[in-house]
Amino acid sequence: MPVVMDADRMSRTLTRIAHEIVERNRGLDRLALVGVRTRGVPIASRLALRLREITGQDVPVGALDITLYRDDLMHHPVGPQPLVRSTDIPFSIDDRVIVLVDDVLYTGRTVRAALDELIDFGRPKSIQLVVIVDRGHRELPIKADYVGKNLPTSHTESVAVRLAETDGCDEVIIEKMTGEDAE
Amino acid sequence: MNPETTDATPSLPTGTDDQPIPANRLRSKDLLGIAELSVEEISLILDTAVAMKEIASRPIKKVPALRGKTVVNLFFEASTRTRTSFEIAEKRLSADTLNIVAGTSSVVKGETLADTVHNIEAMSPDLLVVRHSSSGSCHFLSRICRAGVINAGDGMHEHPTQALLDAFTIRERKQRLAGLKVAICGDLLHSRVLRSNVLLLTKMGADVWLCGPPTLVPTGFARSGVHITSSVDEAVEGADAVMMLRIQLERMLGGYFPSLREYFNVFGMTPERVRRAKPDVLIMHPGPMNRGVEIASEVADGPYSVILDQVANGVAVRMAVLYLLSGGAEHEAVA
Amino acid sequence: MKRLLKGGHLIDPLQGIDAVRDVLLDGDRVAAVGLDLPVGKDVEVIAVPSGCILCPGFVDMHVHLREPGQEHKETIATGTAAAAAGGFTGVACMPNTQPVNDGASVTRAILERAALEGAVRVYPIGAVSKGMKGESLAEIAELRAAGCVAVSDDGMPVPTALLMRRALEYAGMFNMPVIDHCEDPSLKGEGVAHDGYIAAMLGLRGIPATAESIMVERDIALAEMTGSAVHIAHLSTRQALRAVWAAKARGVRVTCEVAPHHFVLTDERLAGPISYDTNLKMNPPLREQADVDAILRGFTAGTIDAIATDHAPHQTDEKHVEFDRAPFGIIGLETAVSLTLDRLVHTGVITLRRMVQLMSVNPCRILNVPGGTLRPERPADITIIALSAKVTVDLSKSRSRSRNSPFGGWTLKGGVVATIVGGKTVYVNDEIPGAAAFGAAVARA
Ligand SMILES: [Zn+2]
Ligand SMILES: [Zn+2]
Repeated sequence: MPVVMDADRMSRTLTRIAHEIVERNRGLDRLALVGVRTRGVPIASRLALRLREITGQDVPVGALDITLYRDDLMHHPVGPQPLVRSTDIPFSIDDRVIVLVDDVLYTGRTVRAALDELIDFGRPKSIQLVVIVDRGHRELPIKADYVGKNLPTSHTESVAVRLAETDGCDEVIIEKMTGEDAE
Repeated sequence: MNPETTDATPSLPTGTDDQPIPANRLRSKDLLGIAELSVEEISLILDTAVAMKEIASRPIKKVPALRGKTVVNLFFEASTRTRTSFEIAEKRLSADTLNIVAGTSSVVKGETLADTVHNIEAMSPDLLVVRHSSSGSCHFLSRICRAGVINAGDGMHEHPTQALLDAFTIRERKQRLAGLKVAICGDLLHSRVLRSNVLLLTKMGADVWLCGPPTLVPTGFARSGVHITSSVDEAVEGADAVMMLRIQLERMLGGYFPSLREYFNVFGMTPERVRRAKPDVLIMHPGPMNRGVEIASEVADGPYSVILDQVANGVAVRMAVLYLLSGGAEHEAVA
Repeated sequence: MKRLLKGGHLIDPLQGIDAVRDVLLDGDRVAAVGLDLPVGKDVEVIAVPSGCILCPGFVDMHVHLREPGQEHKETIATGTAAAAAGGFTGVACMPNTQPVNDGASVTRAILERAALEGAVRVYPIGAVSKGMKGESLAEIAELRAAGCVAVSDDGMPVPTALLMRRALEYAGMFNMPVIDHCEDPSLKGEGVAHDGYIAAMLGLRGIPATAESIMVERDIALAEMTGSAVHIAHLSTRQALRAVWAAKARGVRVTCEVAPHHFVLTDERLAGPISYDTNLKMNPPLREQADVDAILRGFTAGTIDAIATDHAPHQTDEKHVEFDRAPFGIIGLETAVSLTLDRLVHTGVITLRRMVQLMSVNPCRILNVPGGTLRPERPADITIIALSAKVTVDLSKSRSRSRNSPFGGWTLKGGVVATIVGGKTVYVNDEIPGAAAFGAAVARA
């Protein structure tokens, strides 16, 4: 179970991404962060803190639950439905630059769902994407604007981003999936 | 729940029914009544409804979750209120919906309920939302249908989504159900709303007080763990929520009480009676209301009335139920 | 032709026999009963397999054969075939046919059909009132002359006290019992299930126990007043049982019957495993545990006179509907003996001797029909049962034209081995080893 990013490294990565966001957008006016549940939400909050440290400006943070937009929802004719958690975007996204935040970029399907859902909330000026890990294997034409770490993996591996808020510690690990778990 | 991480696919519970059921799914393909639901399942529906309620505040009040699913609203009894609520819920989830208001016409034509439903099943619906005047008709249909059956009110038996939306409304305002005193007043005998609410509220640990004329109290009901009284004052005293049940004119004609006037005098919810409840009491009514019969207008329109919240919450709760049932259950073979 | 049933255990309460006895049949009569009867010439010897018990033929005093008029539910041929398979050598059939058996022509038609096609004896019960309308008395003397053994408006109560009084007085002239389906129509209302907690929670309209007991009390008062015999059909409640017990204690001519479903099932069953199963819908409805307990005590105490099935066939389609739309009633002829053995005899509630009284001696006495004993010269009607046979109810093999029973798939201890009517074997249970000793079943007619 190799740890590919420890707490210290993660902290520095987030700080770097925050600087990149400020640079690229030349300021934070009309910018908002939207975290994809579950782990994108605490990451977005951390980025907001860093952005304030850097610029002194508060950036609104929203939470997006993409469950109802998943393209595999009705794919399996039977089986329990994934849990739906609340989406909470307490600001208008119209004409804002939305920075979408997620932990891992893999097939791109989550981001596709998140984009579809976001657009149902209004017409943002643009949407940018932050991920902590890009592990490759894209199935859709989607690319992240800010990447913490590019991590080439095989399909039989899984990448887990762990966060203090949800898992008790900050780290990124790679695990080998056994037999049936591998998709 | 993120499909790109390892927990993308929810693990299937392997337990049998004896073991505690993880609250991430409903065990049945149907929602027949509150009687069949566990405390965990009720909580799952209410929690899911919280997420569903948010959708109503979006500019585009529609999510693609049930795209490609067909839901048939099969109403053998007219009910614009419940049918509309289900229909909005279905449309917000992007399901294809079909309304069949059968009334009693097919019965007159001599077609049985089983035949009617087999004909509808030939169109491969995924879910049937059924309202019928016979108690147990949804249980009957669930045994003969492949599609999931959602009980939208069967005779005098249950109206589970109404009880769920009532519970949702109370929980939203009071943050809990356990330990609350809930008074339910009116025609206890004929009310499916009552039965579902009694089952749900007692399961969730509320202190339930029922009040109505003794002629409209079902035999043996005390066994369900509720208090029964014919004193409105006793029922309402210190209550956190007061639910009124509709009194129908037929009941007077059926000789259960002498007149609507006398009913209102003895059992009607007046501002004076409401004063005995907690200061922040919730006043609830499943609708449609008979103002001046079971409830005074001052109470129905008063500051603690959540009657319109109930209507809004009905859509969210029904979305939750539709969503949770549309995945189907991995067991429950069709009998 | 003579047949000798050799070495079987005979229970014949009227002869005081509960021991091994040979029974010699001569044609349709019993010729002799005794130990080690000599085997004469031209006698077919049937060695009764061990474990088999010979009883005077069981008579079900309450069945609905549906013919004439509702032959899609049952016919005299299929109903009596089911009776034979259930160990009954005779059945009394209720008059709620179409047309109602309220006149000699219908009675004669039933008896003619029974003589042609009936596997067992058929005793018609005539209507109390013309057209069973509850208004004026049917021609009871004519019904009696045509062969009716009792009168009843079963399916409905005799609605007024006045009509009941007249029926008791008038039928009493011929010593015919009036059998009443006791229920107060206003209390029953639109009820479909026992008025109690279960019906309340299932949202089913209730039929209170009092609907029955109030009518039983009325009938007892009228029987007391007129000195005539009243028989309470399908008694189901502890309140009614208490009324019968008290009336018997003061010498009123009242008898009563209980159906197997009323001592085996309770209303709890309506809640599942098959909730709202229309095969659990009957009238009177399944009552609560306290009623079943009281009925079991009533069997032990002797307050209950007879076990009768209220065999009420309905087609599968008629029952495949919403609970409140389904017709009342279940079939019962083929399960009664096994249910009685399993639930009353094996549990020690009653003895076998008492079972024979409940299913043979008393029904024959109440209806004044031959049978109830295997004394010489009496009809050679014999029910042979096995106490320890394991019986699984398979409705697909039922002889009835209908399948409306809640007992399908039940495994019960004790069953019918063979049924002999008028000296002829009319039923042999090939699933019980040794039953073949009784020969092949033949048509009685
Ligand atoms: Zn009857
Ligand atoms: Zn009957």
